[in-house]
Amino acid sequence: MVKFGRWIGSHLVMTLGLLVLLYMYIPNVIVAMMSFNDATGARNLYRFQSFTWDNWLHPCAPAGMCASVTTSIQIGLIATVGATILGTLAAFGLVRHRFTGRGAMNIVLFLPMATPEIVMGSSLLALFIAAGLGGHLGFWTILVAHIMFCLSFVVVTVKARLSGMDENMEKAAMDLYANEWQTFWRITFPLVFPGVLSAALLSFSLSFDDFIITNLNSGQTVTFPMYVWGAAQRGVPMQVNVIGTMMFLAALTAVIIGEVGARRRAKLVASR
Amino acid sequence: MPGGRTTNVAALTRKQRAGLWLIVPAALWLLIFFVIPFYSLLATSLFDPNGSVLTGYDVAWHFANFGNAISNYWPEIVRSFLYAGIATIICLVLGYTLAYAIAFKAGKWKTVMLVMVIAPFFTSFLIRTLAWKLILGDDGWVVNTLQTLHFMPQGGRILATPVAVIAGITYNFLPFMILPLYTSLEKMDPKLLEAAGDLYANPFQAFFKVTWPLSIPGVVGGTLLTFIPAAGDYINAALLGSPNERMVGNVIQSLFTTQGDYAQAGALSVVLLVIIVALVMLYVRRSGSEDLL
Repeated sequence: MVKFGRWIGSHLVMTLGLLVLLYMYIPNVIVAMMSFNDATGARNLYRFQSFTWDNWLHPCAPAGMCASVTTSIQIGLIATVGATILGTLAAFGLVRHRFTGRGAMNIVLFLPMATPEIVMGSSLLALFIAAGLGGHLGFWTILVAHIMFCLSFVVVTVKARLSGMDENMEKAAMDLYANEWQTFWRITFPLVFPGVLSAALLSFSLSFDDFIITNLNSGQTVTFPMYVWGAAQRGVPMQVNVIGTMMFLAALTAVIIGEVGARRRAKLVASR
Repeated sequence: MPGGRTTNVAALTRKQRAGLWLIVPAALWLLIFFVIPFYSLLATSLFDPNGSVLTGYDVAWHFANFGNAISNYWPEIVRSFLYAGIATIICLVLGYTLAYAIAFKAGKWKTVMLVMVIAPFFTSFLIRTLAWKLILGDDGWVVNTLQTLHFMPQGGRILATPVAVIAGITYNFLPFMILPLYTSLEKMDPKLLEAAGDLYANPFQAFFKVTWPLSIPGVVGGTLLTFIPAAGDYINAALLGSPNERMVGNVIQSLFTTQGDYAQAGALSVVLLVIIVALVMLYVRRSGSEDLL
Protein backbone atom coordinates (compact mmCIF):
# COMPACT_ATOMS: atom_id res chain seq x y z
CA MET A 1 0.00 0.00 0.00
CA VAL A 2 2.74 2.37 1.01
CA LYS A 3 4.73 1.35 -2.05
CA PHE A 4 1.76 1.98 -4.28
CA GLY A 5 1.32 5.36 -2.63
CA ARG A 6 4.95 6.20 -3.31
CA TRP A 7 4.57 5.24 -6.96
CA ILE A 8 1.52 7.47 -7.26
CA GLY A 9 3.46 10.23 -5.56
CA SER A 10 6.39 10.04 -7.93
CA HIS A 11 4.73 9.38 -11.27
CA LEU A 12 1.10 10.38 -11.21
CA VAL A 13 1.76 13.94 -10.07
CA MET A 14 4.33 14.52 -12.81
CA THR A 15 2.04 12.99 -15.44
CA LEU A 16 -0.86 15.19 -14.35
CA GLY A 17 1.45 18.21 -14.21
CA LEU A 18 2.66 17.56 -17.75
CA LEU A 19 -0.96 17.23 -18.90
CA VAL A 20 -1.71 20.67 -17.42
CA LEU A 21 1.36 22.03 -19.20
CA LEU A 22 0.19 20.42 -22.43
CA TYR A 23 -3.22 22.05 -22.00
CA MET A 24 -1.51 25.44 -21.76
CA TYR A 25 0.06 24.88 -25.17
CA ILE A 26 -3.09 23.86 -27.08
CA PRO A 27 -3.91 27.40 -28.28
CA ASN A 28 -0.30 28.02 -29.32
CA VAL A 29 -0.32 24.88 -31.45
CA ILE A 30 -3.58 26.02 -33.05
CA VAL A 31 -2.16 29.50 -33.69
CA ALA A 32 0.99 28.05 -35.28
CA MET A 33 -1.14 25.71 -37.40
CA MET A 34 -3.51 28.44 -38.52
CA SER A 35 -0.55 30.58 -39.59
CA PHE A 36 -0.20 28.09 -42.48
CA ASN A 37 -3.89 28.13 -43.30
CA ASP A 38 -4.98 29.22 -46.75
CA ALA A 39 -8.20 31.05 -45.94
CA THR A 40 -8.79 32.66 -49.32
CA GLY A 41 -12.47 32.48 -50.13
CA ALA A 42 -13.20 30.58 -46.93
CA ARG A 43 -16.55 31.11 -45.30
CA ASN A 44 -15.54 29.87 -41.89
CA LEU A 45 -12.31 31.53 -40.77
CA TYR A 46 -12.13 29.32 -37.69
CA ARG A 47 -11.34 26.19 -39.66
CA PHE A 48 -8.22 24.87 -41.34
CA GLN A 49 -8.71 24.83 -45.14
CA SER A 50 -5.44 24.01 -46.88
CA PHE A 51 -1.72 24.48 -46.40
CA THR A 52 0.12 27.55 -47.68
CA TRP A 53 3.34 29.50 -47.09
CA ASP A 54 1.68 32.73 -48.22
CA ASN A 55 0.91 34.10 -44.77
CA TRP A 56 4.56 33.80 -43.75
CA LEU A 57 5.81 35.20 -47.07
CA HIS A 58 3.46 38.18 -46.96
CA PRO A 59 2.84 38.87 -43.29
CA CYS A 60 1.97 42.51 -43.95
CA ALA A 61 -0.72 41.84 -46.53
CA PRO A 62 -3.72 42.81 -44.35
CA ALA A 63 -4.14 46.59 -44.40
CA GLY A 64 -3.00 48.32 -41.22
CA MET A 65 -1.81 45.22 -39.41
CA CYS A 66 1.94 45.79 -39.60
CA ALA A 67 1.46 49.48 -38.81
CA SER A 68 -0.30 48.41 -35.62
CA VAL A 69 2.56 46.03 -34.80
CA THR A 70 5.03 48.90 -35.27
CA THR A 71 2.98 51.13 -32.98
CA SER A 72 2.87 48.38 -30.35
CA ILE A 73 6.63 47.81 -30.57
CA GLN A 74 7.33 51.56 -30.26
CA ILE A 75 5.05 51.90 -27.24
CA GLY A 76 6.42 48.66 -25.80
CA LEU A 77 10.06 49.75 -26.09
CA ILE A 78 9.58 53.24 -24.64
CA ALA A 79 7.31 51.94 -21.88
CA THR A 80 9.85 49.22 -21.05
CA VAL A 81 12.74 51.68 -20.80
CA GLY A 82 10.67 54.09 -18.70
CA ALA A 83 9.19 51.49 -16.37
CA THR A 84 12.48 49.61 -15.99
CA ILE A 85 14.40 52.75 -15.00
CA LEU A 86 11.77 54.07 -12.61
CA GLY A 87 11.05 50.62 -11.17
CA THR A 88 14.69 49.61 -10.69
CA LEU A 89 15.48 52.87 -8.88
CA ALA A 90 12.45 52.37 -6.66
CA ALA A 91 13.40 48.76 -5.93
CA PHE A 92 16.88 49.87 -4.83
CA GLY A 93 15.34 52.55 -2.64
CA LEU A 94 12.93 50.09 -1.05
CA VAL A 95 15.36 47.26 -0.40
CA ARG A 96 18.51 49.16 0.49
CA HIS A 97 17.16 52.07 2.51
CA ARG A 98 15.03 52.38 5.59
CA PHE A 99 12.73 55.39 5.80
CA THR A 100 9.32 56.26 7.15
CA GLY A 101 6.47 55.43 4.81
CA ARG A 102 8.36 52.50 3.31
CA GLY A 103 5.59 50.06 4.17
CA ALA A 104 2.93 52.31 2.65
CA MET A 105 5.08 52.72 -0.46
CA ASN A 106 5.37 48.95 -0.78
CA ILE A 107 1.58 48.68 -0.75
CA VAL A 108 1.05 51.47 -3.30
CA LEU A 109 3.57 49.81 -5.61
CA PHE A 110 1.77 46.48 -5.22
CA LEU A 111 -1.77 47.78 -5.73
CA PRO A 112 -1.77 48.17 -9.54
CA MET A 113 -1.17 44.42 -9.82
CA ALA A 114 -4.22 43.74 -7.65
CA THR A 115 -6.60 46.14 -9.38
CA PRO A 116 -8.76 44.88 -12.24
CA GLU A 117 -7.56 46.37 -15.49
CA ILE A 118 -11.00 47.65 -16.38
CA VAL A 119 -11.03 49.77 -13.20
CA MET A 120 -7.50 51.10 -13.78
CA GLY A 121 -8.27 51.85 -17.41
CA SER A 122 -11.55 53.58 -16.69
CA SER A 123 -10.14 55.66 -13.84
CA LEU A 124 -7.26 56.77 -16.02
CA LEU A 125 -9.76 57.70 -18.73
CA ALA A 126 -11.75 59.64 -16.11
CA LEU A 127 -8.57 61.56 -15.24
CA PHE A 128 -7.76 62.33 -18.87
CA ILE A 129 -11.30 63.53 -19.48
CA ALA A 130 -11.23 65.67 -16.34
CA ALA A 131 -7.90 67.14 -17.49
CA GLY A 132 -9.48 68.11 -20.80
CA LEU A 133 -7.46 65.54 -22.73
CA GLY A 134 -10.54 63.59 -23.80
CA GLY A 135 -9.99 64.60 -27.42
CA HIS A 136 -6.23 64.05 -27.36
CA LEU A 137 -6.11 60.38 -26.44
CA GLY A 138 -3.51 58.45 -28.39
CA PHE A 139 0.13 57.41 -28.38
CA TRP A 140 1.12 59.42 -25.29
CA THR A 141 -1.84 58.49 -23.13
CA ILE A 142 -1.27 54.81 -23.96
CA LEU A 143 2.41 55.19 -23.10
CA VAL A 144 1.65 56.82 -19.74
CA ALA A 145 -0.79 54.02 -18.89
CA HIS A 146 1.66 51.29 -19.90
CA ILE A 147 4.52 52.70 -17.82
CA MET A 148 2.08 52.89 -14.90
CA PHE A 149 1.02 49.24 -14.96
CA CYS A 150 4.49 47.87 -15.85
CA LEU A 151 6.11 49.73 -12.95
CA SER A 152 4.80 47.43 -10.21
CA PHE A 153 5.95 44.33 -12.03
CA VAL A 154 9.45 45.78 -12.46
CA VAL A 155 9.65 46.77 -8.78
CA VAL A 156 8.54 43.31 -7.62
CA THR A 157 10.94 41.48 -9.95
CA VAL A 158 14.01 43.60 -9.19
CA LYS A 159 13.18 43.67 -5.48
CA ALA A 160 13.12 39.86 -5.39
CA ARG A 161 16.57 39.76 -6.99
CA LEU A 162 17.98 42.46 -4.72
CA SER A 163 16.72 41.03 -1.46
CA GLY A 164 18.18 37.62 -2.30
CA MET A 165 21.59 39.21 -2.88
CA ASP A 166 24.52 38.89 -0.52
CA GLU A 167 25.54 42.37 0.65
CA ASN A 168 28.86 40.98 1.84
CA MET A 169 30.14 41.06 -1.75
CA GLU A 170 29.74 44.83 -1.79
CA LYS A 171 31.26 45.17 1.66
CA ALA A 172 34.22 43.11 0.44
CA ALA A 173 34.66 45.39 -2.56
CA MET A 174 34.58 48.44 -0.30
CA ASP A 175 37.14 46.80 1.98
CA LEU A 176 39.35 46.37 -1.08
CA TYR A 177 39.26 50.15 -1.58
CA ALA A 178 36.67 50.30 -4.34
CA ASN A 179 34.72 53.53 -4.09
CA GLU A 180 30.89 53.52 -4.07
CA TRP A 181 30.68 54.16 -7.77
CA GLN A 182 33.09 51.34 -8.68
CA THR A 183 31.37 48.98 -6.26
CA PHE A 184 28.04 49.71 -7.85
CA TRP A 185 29.12 49.18 -11.45
CA ARG A 186 31.53 46.29 -10.85
CA ILE A 187 29.61 44.34 -8.21
CA THR A 188 26.05 45.43 -7.58
CA PHE A 189 24.88 46.09 -11.09
CA PRO A 190 26.17 42.84 -12.69
CA LEU A 191 24.52 40.90 -9.86
CA VAL A 192 21.17 42.68 -10.24
CA PHE A 193 21.25 42.73 -14.03
CA PRO A 194 19.45 39.39 -14.62
CA GLY A 195 16.58 40.70 -12.49
CA VAL A 196 16.48 43.97 -14.43
CA LEU A 197 16.58 42.07 -17.71
CA SER A 198 13.69 39.79 -16.82
CA ALA A 199 11.74 42.81 -15.54
CA ALA A 200 12.30 44.52 -18.89
CA LEU A 201 11.21 41.43 -20.80
CA LEU A 202 8.10 41.15 -18.64
CA SER A 203 7.32 44.86 -19.16
CA PHE A 204 7.61 44.59 -22.89
CA SER A 205 5.35 41.57 -23.10
CA LEU A 206 2.78 43.17 -20.76
CA SER A 207 2.79 46.35 -22.79
CA PHE A 208 2.71 44.60 -26.16
CA ASP A 209 -0.19 42.42 -25.04
CA ASP A 210 -2.32 44.92 -23.18
CA PHE A 211 -5.79 45.42 -24.50
CA ILE A 212 -8.23 46.42 -21.75
CA ILE A 213 -6.46 49.55 -20.50
CA THR A 214 -5.23 50.51 -23.97
CA ASN A 215 -8.66 50.23 -25.53
CA LEU A 216 -10.06 52.79 -23.09
CA ASN A 217 -7.25 55.31 -23.51
CA SER A 218 -6.20 54.97 -27.13
CA GLY A 219 -8.32 57.46 -29.06
CA GLN A 220 -7.59 56.80 -32.74
CA THR A 221 -4.27 55.04 -32.21
CA VAL A 222 -4.36 51.34 -33.08
CA THR A 223 -2.06 48.92 -31.28
CA PHE A 224 -1.70 45.29 -32.34
CA PRO A 225 -4.15 43.85 -29.79
CA MET A 226 -6.65 46.53 -30.83
CA TYR A 227 -6.18 45.57 -34.46
CA VAL A 228 -6.86 41.93 -33.55
CA TRP A 229 -9.94 42.95 -31.55
CA GLY A 230 -11.27 44.99 -34.47
CA ALA A 231 -10.51 42.20 -36.92
CA ALA A 232 -12.19 39.63 -34.68
CA GLN A 233 -15.53 41.32 -35.34
CA ARG A 234 -15.13 40.81 -39.09
CA GLY A 235 -12.92 37.73 -39.37
CA VAL A 236 -9.28 37.59 -38.41
CA PRO A 237 -6.72 37.53 -41.23
CA MET A 238 -4.47 34.47 -40.94
CA GLN A 239 -1.38 36.72 -40.80
CA VAL A 240 -2.37 37.56 -37.21
CA ASN A 241 -1.34 34.01 -36.36
CA VAL A 242 2.03 34.58 -38.04
CA ILE A 243 2.68 37.57 -35.76
CA GLY A 244 1.50 35.53 -32.75
CA THR A 245 3.87 32.67 -33.60
CA MET A 246 6.76 35.07 -34.27
CA MET A 247 6.26 36.70 -30.86
CA PHE A 248 6.24 33.31 -29.20
CA LEU A 249 9.43 32.21 -30.95
CA ALA A 250 11.18 35.54 -30.31
CA ALA A 251 10.37 35.41 -26.60
CA LEU A 252 11.43 31.79 -26.37
CA THR A 253 14.75 32.60 -28.06
CA ALA A 254 15.34 35.53 -25.70
CA VAL A 255 14.64 33.34 -22.68
CA ILE A 256 16.87 30.52 -23.93
CA ILE A 257 19.76 32.90 -24.68
CA GLY A 258 19.36 34.40 -21.23
CA GLU A 259 19.31 30.97 -19.61
CA VAL A 260 22.36 29.72 -21.54
CA GLY A 261 24.19 32.94 -20.66
CA ALA A 262 23.34 32.52 -16.99
CA ARG A 263 24.56 28.91 -16.99
CA ARG A 264 27.79 29.82 -18.74
CA ARG A 265 28.42 32.62 -16.23
CA ALA A 266 27.66 30.24 -13.36
CA LYS A 267 30.18 27.74 -14.80
CA LEU A 268 32.81 30.45 -15.22
CA VAL A 269 32.38 31.54 -11.64
CA ALA A 270 32.53 27.93 -10.45
CA SER A 271 35.67 27.15 -12.45
CA ARG A 272 37.61 30.08 -11.00
CA MET B 1 40.54 54.09 4.30
CA PRO B 2 40.03 57.65 5.52
CA GLY B 3 37.05 58.49 7.72
CA GLY B 4 35.97 57.19 11.07
CA ARG B 5 32.66 56.63 12.76
CA THR B 6 31.39 60.19 12.27
CA THR B 7 31.58 60.10 8.47
CA ASN B 8 29.90 56.70 8.53
CA VAL B 9 26.91 58.16 10.33
CA ALA B 10 26.81 61.08 7.92
CA ALA B 11 27.02 58.64 5.03
CA LEU B 12 24.16 56.66 6.51
CA THR B 13 21.75 59.60 6.71
CA ARG B 14 22.87 60.68 3.26
CA LYS B 15 22.16 57.17 2.08
CA GLN B 16 18.70 57.25 3.60
CA ARG B 17 17.89 60.50 1.88
CA ALA B 18 19.22 59.06 -1.35
CA GLY B 19 16.86 56.12 -0.85
CA LEU B 20 13.93 58.46 -0.72
CA TRP B 21 15.04 60.21 -3.91
CA LEU B 22 15.30 56.86 -5.70
CA ILE B 23 11.63 56.21 -5.03
CA VAL B 24 10.30 59.68 -5.81
CA PRO B 25 10.00 59.28 -9.62
CA ALA B 26 8.10 55.98 -9.43
CA ALA B 27 5.99 57.21 -6.53
CA LEU B 28 5.04 60.40 -8.39
CA TRP B 29 4.15 58.45 -11.51
CA LEU B 30 1.87 56.16 -9.54
CA LEU B 31 0.39 59.07 -7.61
CA ILE B 32 -0.52 60.96 -10.76
CA PHE B 33 -1.56 58.07 -12.97
CA PHE B 34 -2.85 55.51 -10.48
CA VAL B 35 -3.99 57.16 -7.23
CA ILE B 36 -5.39 60.45 -8.51
CA PRO B 37 -7.36 58.66 -11.29
CA PHE B 38 -9.33 56.92 -8.54
CA TYR B 39 -10.50 60.32 -7.37
CA SER B 40 -11.44 61.18 -10.96
CA LEU B 41 -13.30 57.91 -11.19
CA LEU B 42 -15.14 58.61 -7.97
CA ALA B 43 -16.00 62.11 -9.24
CA THR B 44 -17.14 60.63 -12.55
CA SER B 45 -19.39 58.21 -10.72
CA LEU B 46 -21.12 61.20 -9.12
CA PHE B 47 -21.66 63.05 -12.41
CA ASP B 48 -25.06 64.29 -13.38
CA PRO B 49 -26.08 61.56 -15.85
CA ASN B 50 -27.69 64.18 -18.11
CA GLY B 51 -24.32 65.63 -19.08
CA SER B 52 -22.50 64.63 -22.24
CA VAL B 53 -19.06 64.94 -23.74
CA LEU B 54 -20.23 68.03 -25.63
CA THR B 55 -21.99 69.94 -22.85
CA GLY B 56 -19.55 68.83 -20.16
CA TYR B 57 -20.18 67.08 -16.89
CA ASP B 58 -20.87 68.37 -13.41
CA VAL B 59 -20.02 66.52 -10.26
CA ALA B 60 -23.58 66.70 -8.97
CA TRP B 61 -23.12 64.29 -6.05
CA HIS B 62 -25.55 62.14 -7.89
CA PHE B 63 -25.44 59.13 -5.56
CA ALA B 64 -28.38 57.62 -7.43
CA ASN B 65 -25.84 56.56 -10.07
CA PHE B 66 -24.71 53.77 -7.77
CA GLY B 67 -28.24 52.50 -7.14
CA ASN B 68 -28.99 52.66 -10.85
CA ALA B 69 -25.80 50.89 -11.80
CA ILE B 70 -26.44 48.09 -9.33
CA SER B 71 -30.10 47.60 -10.20
CA ASN B 72 -29.51 47.86 -13.96
CA TYR B 73 -26.58 45.50 -14.06
CA TRP B 74 -27.16 43.18 -11.12
CA PRO B 75 -27.12 39.99 -13.26
CA GLU B 76 -23.80 40.98 -14.84
CA ILE B 77 -22.28 41.72 -11.44
CA VAL B 78 -23.36 38.37 -9.98
CA ARG B 79 -22.24 36.54 -13.12
CA SER B 80 -18.77 38.13 -13.05
CA PHE B 81 -18.08 36.97 -9.52
CA LEU B 82 -19.60 33.56 -10.15
CA TYR B 83 -17.52 32.92 -13.28
CA ALA B 84 -14.38 34.32 -11.68
CA GLY B 85 -14.94 32.15 -8.59
CA ILE B 86 -15.47 28.92 -10.54
CA ALA B 87 -12.48 29.65 -12.78
CA THR B 88 -10.31 30.38 -9.74
CA ILE B 89 -11.18 27.03 -8.16
CA ILE B 90 -10.38 25.13 -11.37
CA CYS B 91 -7.15 27.14 -11.71
CA LEU B 92 -6.24 26.19 -8.15
CA VAL B 93 -6.66 22.46 -8.86
CA LEU B 94 -4.77 22.56 -12.18
CA GLY B 95 -2.17 25.06 -10.97
CA TYR B 96 -1.45 23.22 -7.74
CA THR B 97 -0.81 19.99 -9.62
CA LEU B 98 1.66 21.61 -11.99
CA ALA B 99 3.33 23.77 -9.33
CA TYR B 100 3.74 20.70 -7.10
CA ALA B 101 5.20 18.67 -9.94
CA ILE B 102 7.70 21.45 -10.77
CA ALA B 103 8.68 22.11 -7.16
CA PHE B 104 9.13 18.49 -6.01
CA LYS B 105 9.35 16.18 -9.02
CA ALA B 106 11.10 18.10 -11.78
CA GLY B 107 14.67 17.84 -10.48
CA LYS B 108 17.05 19.48 -12.92
CA TRP B 109 14.18 20.29 -15.27
CA LYS B 110 12.78 22.85 -12.81
CA THR B 111 13.91 25.97 -14.66
CA VAL B 112 12.95 24.57 -18.04
CA MET B 113 9.45 23.72 -16.83
CA LEU B 114 9.02 27.15 -15.25
CA VAL B 115 10.02 28.83 -18.50
CA MET B 116 7.57 26.56 -20.30
CA VAL B 117 4.78 27.78 -18.02
CA ILE B 118 5.41 31.37 -19.04
CA ALA B 119 6.36 30.87 -22.70
CA PRO B 120 2.88 30.34 -24.22
CA PHE B 121 1.82 33.69 -22.84
CA PHE B 122 4.08 35.58 -25.19
CA THR B 123 1.58 34.97 -27.96
CA SER B 124 -1.01 37.69 -27.63
CA PHE B 125 -3.81 37.07 -25.13
CA LEU B 126 -6.43 37.92 -27.77
CA ILE B 127 -4.98 35.58 -30.39
CA ARG B 128 -4.90 32.68 -27.94
CA THR B 129 -8.47 33.36 -26.88
CA LEU B 130 -9.51 33.38 -30.53
CA ALA B 131 -7.79 29.99 -30.87
CA TRP B 132 -10.12 28.65 -28.17
CA LYS B 133 -13.00 29.87 -30.29
CA LEU B 134 -11.76 27.48 -32.95
CA ILE B 135 -11.15 24.60 -30.53
CA LEU B 136 -14.54 24.89 -28.83
CA GLY B 137 -16.37 25.80 -32.05
CA ASP B 138 -19.53 24.01 -33.17
CA ASP B 139 -17.65 21.73 -35.58
CA GLY B 140 -14.42 21.68 -33.60
CA TRP B 141 -12.81 18.54 -32.17
CA VAL B 142 -14.07 18.97 -28.64
CA VAL B 143 -17.72 19.18 -29.61
CA ASN B 144 -17.36 16.43 -32.23
CA THR B 145 -15.68 14.06 -29.79
CA LEU B 146 -18.23 14.70 -27.07
CA GLN B 147 -21.03 14.13 -29.55
CA THR B 148 -19.56 10.89 -30.88
CA LEU B 149 -19.22 9.63 -27.34
CA HIS B 150 -22.82 10.74 -26.69
CA PHE B 151 -21.81 12.95 -23.81
CA MET B 152 -23.47 15.76 -25.63
CA PRO B 153 -26.65 15.91 -27.75
CA GLN B 154 -26.35 16.56 -31.50
CA GLY B 155 -26.59 20.29 -32.09
CA GLY B 156 -25.33 20.98 -28.60
CA ARG B 157 -22.84 23.81 -28.22
CA ILE B 158 -19.96 24.82 -26.01
CA LEU B 159 -19.17 28.12 -27.66
CA ALA B 160 -21.49 30.92 -26.53
CA THR B 161 -22.23 29.15 -23.24
CA PRO B 162 -20.96 29.83 -19.71
CA VAL B 163 -18.74 26.73 -20.06
CA ALA B 164 -16.73 28.35 -22.86
CA VAL B 165 -16.36 31.63 -20.96
CA ILE B 166 -15.27 29.93 -17.74
CA ALA B 167 -12.87 27.69 -19.70
CA GLY B 168 -11.37 30.77 -21.35
CA ILE B 169 -10.93 32.60 -18.05
CA THR B 170 -9.40 29.49 -16.46
CA TYR B 171 -6.90 29.15 -19.27
CA ASN B 172 -5.95 32.82 -19.44
CA PHE B 173 -5.27 33.32 -15.74
CA LEU B 174 -3.67 29.95 -14.95
CA PRO B 175 -0.05 31.25 -14.83
CA PHE B 176 -1.06 33.86 -12.23
CA MET B 177 -2.01 30.89 -10.06
CA ILE B 178 0.98 28.67 -10.82
CA LEU B 179 3.79 31.13 -10.11
CA PRO B 180 2.84 32.13 -6.52
CA LEU B 181 2.02 28.49 -5.72
CA TYR B 182 5.38 27.39 -7.05
CA THR B 183 7.21 30.06 -5.05
CA SER B 184 5.65 28.94 -1.76
CA LEU B 185 6.06 25.20 -2.48
CA GLU B 186 9.66 25.71 -3.57
CA LYS B 187 10.51 27.21 -0.16
CA MET B 188 9.28 24.08 1.58
CA ASP B 189 11.81 21.62 2.93
CA PRO B 190 11.16 18.18 1.31
CA LYS B 191 12.54 16.62 4.50
CA LEU B 192 9.31 17.63 6.23
CA LEU B 193 7.45 15.22 3.95
CA GLU B 194 9.98 12.47 4.64
CA ALA B 195 9.50 13.10 8.35
CA ALA B 196 5.74 12.81 7.94
CA GLY B 197 6.28 9.51 6.12
CA ASP B 198 8.59 8.27 8.86
CA LEU B 199 5.85 9.05 11.35
CA TYR B 200 3.53 6.73 9.42
CA ALA B 201 1.50 9.39 7.64
CA ASN B 202 0.22 8.11 4.32
CA PRO B 203 0.82 10.38 1.31
CA PHE B 204 -2.64 11.91 1.58
CA GLN B 205 -2.26 12.68 5.27
CA ALA B 206 1.20 14.07 4.62
CA PHE B 207 -0.24 16.32 1.94
CA PHE B 208 -3.15 17.65 3.94
CA LYS B 209 -1.28 17.96 7.26
CA VAL B 210 2.06 19.26 5.97
CA THR B 211 2.21 20.43 2.37
CA TRP B 212 -1.15 22.17 2.10
CA PRO B 213 -0.89 24.24 5.32
CA LEU B 214 2.61 25.35 4.38
CA SER B 215 1.49 26.41 0.92
CA ILE B 216 -1.35 28.62 2.17
CA PRO B 217 0.50 31.89 1.39
CA GLY B 218 0.88 30.72 -2.21
CA VAL B 219 -2.74 29.61 -2.35
CA VAL B 220 -3.97 32.98 -1.08
CA GLY B 221 -1.63 34.92 -3.38
CA GLY B 222 -2.49 32.80 -6.41
CA THR B 223 -6.24 32.87 -5.88
CA LEU B 224 -6.18 36.66 -5.46
CA LEU B 225 -4.04 37.21 -8.55
CA THR B 226 -6.45 34.99 -10.50
CA PHE B 227 -9.77 36.07 -9.05
CA ILE B 228 -9.28 39.85 -9.16
CA PRO B 229 -8.40 40.23 -12.83
CA ALA B 230 -10.88 37.48 -13.76
CA ALA B 231 -13.75 39.38 -12.14
CA GLY B 232 -12.98 42.45 -14.23
CA ASP B 233 -12.23 40.57 -17.45
CA TYR B 234 -14.44 40.98 -20.48
CA ILE B 235 -12.38 39.55 -23.33
CA ASN B 236 -13.41 35.94 -22.68
CA ALA B 237 -17.07 36.81 -22.32
CA ALA B 238 -16.94 38.92 -25.49
CA LEU B 239 -15.10 36.41 -27.68
CA LEU B 240 -16.30 33.06 -26.32
CA GLY B 241 -19.70 33.95 -24.90
CA SER B 242 -22.98 35.34 -26.15
CA PRO B 243 -24.85 38.39 -24.76
CA ASN B 244 -26.21 35.97 -22.13
CA GLU B 245 -22.71 35.67 -20.66
CA ARG B 246 -21.99 39.41 -20.43
CA MET B 247 -19.88 40.33 -17.41
CA VAL B 248 -19.41 43.63 -15.58
CA GLY B 249 -16.30 44.39 -17.62
CA ASN B 250 -18.25 44.19 -20.86
CA VAL B 251 -20.82 46.65 -19.52
CA ILE B 252 -18.24 49.14 -18.21
CA GLN B 253 -16.31 48.99 -21.46
CA SER B 254 -19.34 49.58 -23.66
CA LEU B 255 -20.74 52.32 -21.39
CA PHE B 256 -17.41 54.14 -21.59
CA THR B 257 -16.49 53.63 -25.22
CA THR B 258 -19.65 53.19 -27.27
CA GLN B 259 -22.51 54.57 -25.20
CA GLY B 260 -20.55 57.45 -23.66
CA ASP B 261 -22.47 57.13 -20.38
CA TYR B 262 -19.53 58.06 -18.17
CA ALA B 263 -21.56 58.58 -15.01
CA GLN B 264 -23.02 55.10 -15.02
CA ALA B 265 -19.73 53.53 -16.18
CA GLY B 266 -17.82 55.27 -13.40
CA ALA B 267 -20.37 54.19 -10.81
CA LEU B 268 -20.21 50.60 -12.00
CA SER B 269 -16.38 50.60 -11.84
CA VAL B 270 -16.53 51.88 -8.28
CA VAL B 271 -19.08 49.19 -7.37
CA LEU B 272 -16.85 46.49 -8.88
CA LEU B 273 -13.82 47.74 -7.00
CA VAL B 274 -15.68 48.02 -3.67
CA ILE B 275 -17.04 44.47 -3.94
CA ILE B 276 -13.58 43.13 -4.83
CA VAL B 277 -11.89 44.95 -1.95
CA ALA B 278 -14.57 43.71 0.48
CA LEU B 279 -14.26 40.11 -0.75
CA VAL B 280 -10.47 40.22 -0.65
CA MET B 281 -10.41 41.57 2.90
CA LEU B 282 -12.90 38.96 4.07
CA TYR B 283 -10.94 36.21 2.36
CA VAL B 284 -7.54 37.29 3.62
CA ARG B 285 -8.88 37.59 7.17
CA ARG B 286 -10.51 34.15 7.06
CA SER B 287 -7.42 32.49 5.66
CA GLY B 288 -5.38 34.16 8.41
CA SER B 289 -2.76 35.69 6.18
CA GLU B 290 -3.13 39.44 6.73
CA ASP B 291 0.62 39.87 6.61
CA LEU B 292 0.51 39.09 2.92
CA LEU B 293 -0.98 42.47 2.15
